Amino acid sequence: MVKNKENSEDLEFWATNSEEGGWNIASTDEGSQKMNEEESDQQLKIQTGSDVVDDYFVEEETSEDERMIVNMGPQHPSTHGVLRLQVELEGEAVRRVKPVIGYLHTGMEKTGEELTYLQGPTNTTRMDYLSPFFNELVFSLTTEKLLDIEVPARAQTIRILMTELNRVSSHLVALATGGMDIGALSMMIFGFRERELILNFFEKTTGLRMNHNYIRPGGVAADLPDDWQKDVKEILKVIPEKLKDYDEMLLDNPIWQGRLQNVGILTTEECLAYGITGPSIRAAGYGWDLRKMQPYSGIEKFDFNVPVLQESDVFARWRIKVLEILESLKIVEQAMNSMPKGPYKIQDKKVTPPPRKRLDESMEALIHHFKIYTEGFKVPEGEAYVAVESPRGELGCYIVSDGSSKPYRMHVRGPSFCNLQALPVVMADSPIADAVAAIASLDPVIGDVDR
Amino acid sequence: MYSPDNIFTTTIDKAVRWSRTQSMWPVTFGLACCAIEMMAAGSAKYDLARYGMEVFRASPRQADLMIVAGRVSQKMAPVLRQVYDQMAEPKWVIAMGACSSTGGMFNNYALVQGVDHIVPVDIYVPGCPPGPQSLMHGILTLHDKIMAGEINR
Amino acid sequence: MMETQQVEVNEYHEHIKTLFDDGYEMMVDLTAVDWFRKKEPRFEVVVNLLSLSKNERKMIKVNIDDETLSIPSITDIYPGANFYEREVYDMFGIIFENHPELTRILMPDDWIGHPLRKDYGSGRIPVQFKNAPKVD
Repeated sequence: MVKNKENSEDLEFWATNSEEGGWNIASTDEGSQKMNEEESDQQLKIQTGSDVVDDYFVEEETSEDERMIVNMGPQHPSTHGVLRLQVELEGEAVRRVKPVIGYLHTGMEKTGEELTYLQGPTNTTRMDYLSPFFNELVFSLTTEKLLDIEVPARAQTIRILMTELNRVSSHLVALATGGMDIGALSMMIFGFRERELILNFFEKTTGLRMNHNYIRPGGVAADLPDDWQKDVKEILKVIPEKLKDYDEMLLDNPIWQGRLQNVGILTTEECLAYGITGPSIRAAGYGWDLRKMQPYSGIEKFDFNVPVLQESDVFARWRIKVLEILESLKIVEQAMNSMPKGPYKIQDKKVTPPPRKRLDESMEALIHHFKIYTEGFKVPEGEAYVAVESPRGELGCYIVSDGSSKPYRMHVRGPSFCNLQALPVVMADSPIADAVAAIASLDPVIGDVDR
Repeated sequence: MYSPDNIFTTTIDKAVRWSRTQSMWPVTFGLACCAIEMMAAGSAKYDLARYGMEVFRASPRQADLMIVAGRVSQKMAPVLRQVYDQMAEPKWVIAMGACSSTGGMFNNYALVQGVDHIVPVDIYVPGCPPGPQSLMHGILTLHDKIMAGEINR
Repeated sequence: MMETQQVEVNEYHEHIKTLFDDGYEMMVDLTAVDWFRKKEPRFEVVVNLLSLSKNERKMIKVNIDDETLSIPSITDIYPGANFYEREVYDMFGIIFENHPELTRILMPDDWIGHPLRKDYGSGRIPVQFKNAPKVD
């Protein structure tokens, strides 16, 4: 449908249709979420990032005239989406930072209460859109915990295969956009080029490039396609070669090192205080990985290392992503070689709909199919919290069930949400050019923040 | 090749419309999942540069096309309108994906149910998210629309 | 692996402090559940703590008084609770005492109501051609 917009009256209508139940376009004021010239002492500490470790350093007292509050975002190319930052600058230096979020709030937790457990992954997969499989996995694991069922071995291994490939693709985007923010534009082209390879495999398997809704409670939606090993082998062959290219380009590059080393320090202590997990805490010298510590979906059977670096700066956080890609590819290779045979869905009539072929033969199967897809399966009363290691840290799902076929309360603990709280820590007290590098190193995905 | 003896004749109308389609600069308005596909469309494999639109401008003042890529929340709506108002005429809008076209699967309190509540939309690209091919098809359809339309809109 | 504890509001802050000293270094999650017309009292705050050194999780549940709707903030123990408490305030209207800055976080500042409460509708609206201009 093409809208008529020729006369100015119509344009006026678009802008101010609030009388007829539209939206009041004029309100862009952030009200109490605004950063003020004068703040309380505690607020100042939070905004300068010195409430955990006080490494804040001001050379000399400057006059009020040199300080200004600048707005960055929400529509800004280097904030990775619609993150908005209010930054107090003193010349070139960032003094205070206040993140303002909510520009992508989608109300998914409310929508999740209206969808059945089988429809749930459709909703959760759109949260962290760079790692959709992890969102589906954590929702499915939580539902399975409530149902107290165990999925077949093949489903578990497929889950591991897909999530680890997803970790690779997610890290590739992080490397690509991170490179672009700092000015290494080739990195952007490279990262997305290699990601296409993985996305093609995802599309072949699940039907979609992103937001797959593939991992569902009770197993996975479909079996792997024919000769899937060929595609995985291609991925296993190409990506390590390309990673070598990245290393050649960046690892010993003096400009890259100069831009990233000793920038945006995030220590272990701060990580613990702010609840930051994932690559950031491992780059700060604490080898915490849920895949090793609290394994899920049978990942304890695979042999892999958890890379840990000590530098805790932006360079370490970039480096650890490259190393993690290599470790993930190790898991993918093992999963490919040890893929068990058998069903890819749990053979439990309560949860799994009957196969499509049975519908033509059996009336009961048709009724059963209809019941599962309209009403959904009932989940016993209770609550469960399950966490998995997503590319950005601990991704948790908390479901409260009241015995019906829809969650009573569905909450997802997104890793980016608390990672953002560290922005003042990594950005404050540094030049504004480093601030962009620091944001990119935390790799926030705003869909995961605002949900 | 420089050849001073050749003459092309065309109407001004046609020349203007052609030039508008051949260097259409989009403003970066990435919101959610679709933004990643938009970036994928701009990078190596799909290469939007073939249509003269590889430069995603960060400033709305330098852009002709707004690709609303992703879901628009109530909090984002005023910002989106402001960016649209700041773009210089002539300007076009592509609603990329189900969420920005109609609200998609999220029919709830938080989302604007279709970006056409806020800005006039020229092309709706379906999909969740639309692949780079779909986006390119939307862009080419917009080119056709411009070529078929009038220059003083 | 996960242990659940129910504590009273007046013991809550003390209890979290004890657990923090006990080696629960990280506050992983803080959220609330609205038991509208199902349970009394109505709101329940759920805090999820993680001990990295002991590899243990602990879930603490607190019932909130219906009249005051308030609970002490734990931002002085876990600075990371800041955003989570603001989110719960925004979504459920629960007030965290002594929070450095208790404002809305996800919704616009002038929003009315707390969306994740059970008596707040999901806001599902019939959208098709709602404000479309008439075509002659």
